[in-house]
Amino acid sequence: MAEPFIRLRNVEKQYLTRNGIVLAVEKVNFDIYESEFVAIVGPSGCGKTTILKMIAGLIPYTLGEITIAGKLVNRPQINLGIIFQDSVLLDWRDVLDNVLLQIDIRNLDRKEYEPKALELLRDVGLDGFEHKKPYELSGGMKQRVSICRGLVHDPPLLLMDEPFGSLDALTREQISMDIQHLWMEKRKTALLITHSIPEAVLLADRVVVMTPRPGRVAEIIDIDLPRPRRLDRLPEEFNEYTGHIRGIFQDSGVLHLE
Amino acid sequence: MTQSIAELGQLERRAAWRAKILPAIGIILFLVIWEVAVRLLNIASYLLPPPTEVLVMIVEHFDALLKHSGVTAYEMLLGYFMAIAVAVPLAILTTASRSFDNFITPIILFFQTVPKIALAPLFLVWFGVGTLPKVLVAFLISFFPIIIDTAVGLRSISPEMIDLARSMGASNFQIFTRFRLPTSLPYMFSGLKVGATLAVVGAVVGEFVGADKGLGYMLLVTNSNLQTALMFGVIVALTIQGLLLFYIVQFLENILIPWHITVRSGQEHGTL
Repeated sequence: MAEPFIRLRNVEKQYLTRNGIVLAVEKVNFDIYESEFVAIVGPSGCGKTTILKMIAGLIPYTLGEITIAGKLVNRPQINLGIIFQDSVLLDWRDVLDNVLLQIDIRNLDRKEYEPKALELLRDVGLDGFEHKKPYELSGGMKQRVSICRGLVHDPPLLLMDEPFGSLDALTREQISMDIQHLWMEKRKTALLITHSIPEAVLLADRVVVMTPRPGRVAEIIDIDLPRPRRLDRLPEEFNEYTGHIRGIFQDSGVLHLE
Repeated sequence: MTQSIAELGQLERRAAWRAKILPAIGIILFLVIWEVAVRLLNIASYLLPPPTEVLVMIVEHFDALLKHSGVTAYEMLLGYFMAIAVAVPLAILTTASRSFDNFITPIILFFQTVPKIALAPLFLVWFGVGTLPKVLVAFLISFFPIIIDTAVGLRSISPEMIDLARSMGASNFQIFTRFRLPTSLPYMFSGLKVGATLAVVGAVVGEFVGADKGLGYMLLVTNSNLQTALMFGVIVALTIQGLLLFYIVQFLENILIPWHITVRSGQEHGTL
């Protein structure tokens, strides 16, 4: 098999708090291959967002090693797109300018990327909204704008930190379908952080299951389901995967189903 | 119950008309009641002059009012702009450096807690009866809301926004100019508006303590001469001055941050 695109080796994160050292993430090992869609699923406090931020170089890790494309991560990584739980749009820029913020800050050619931005907006059903301000959009629309902003510069890696976390159930479904559609079209390496088992199984090629206190990898599961996966046509195996992951959480005391 | 679009449109037009006309009716009604009450109850003019007499006084002493207004406006504006010029950079420095914040914030807090009005006589001793002590009082009194609100605004940016900027390769300078500063503007403007209304207070207080011109001086003179109607005229002039500065700042706010919720709701309802 080819060299992994992202490699985490014995990665640990400790925080210094008033009550001493807290181990947030303990000895995490996993790889993400190019064009692979990996999801990390786990309850709050399992360190999954911490892992994403360490991969992005936004916070340092205490021990171990993270590499992207063979290079050690030791500073903020810029060859990627990030989508957060909150859309973090700039209120003073319209939709198109928010997408092109990515281009402006990077000092890339705005003229070259404007058609790409418009195409992405069309892909997620936002044509006609290019010149609306964020306050005129619904939460789901804003999140779609932030997805376009994460992709407009054509990065090899897309990081998503609970992108559905603040959306209503129907919008979550729609946006997860949008993400699958965009991913199948562009085949970027993608890492999704979520606390939703079905969303992880629906979107990912592999699911990293994490348990808390301290955050560690419980199991890594290959999801062998054909794409495009549709919520209205889920095969029997889908429930087996989600059931298996629930079982892991039950065994580790995260879920009590009795 | 059903309601057609035409009916709805009519209701909206009526509501818009009401929003324009009601405040004017309120003010006129207030003045009429004042006038009638003073005349019916035979209240002495030196206690409470009727509005018409105040108006006559304003017209009669218009030149003097204008001259003294100019003096006070100059002191007020100078103090206000000094406050902006010092407070905004200081707020930026306190957010940029924790050590500087720890160093300067107790000092600022100390000066805020000292009643500025109590400092005015001291300034008179130090700087005489000229313009400077008035400018300093206006400066001190409008300084605090500007620095506090600007600092709060500069700190209001979300950590995700900074993470986003870093992932785009933004430099610290870009993070400040493209993300942090625009985010702080709504807060900064609320400080600037409070500061604007306080600056006029500062200038007048400065004049109370010792001056030979300005609206504060005119207020003292008319007061000791029992020219109450003219005194009301001075108060009107002061109010107009404060309101003018306030609305200029609000106008700038509308131009600079039309995207902010306070500005948007302001356009719809005409409130502060």
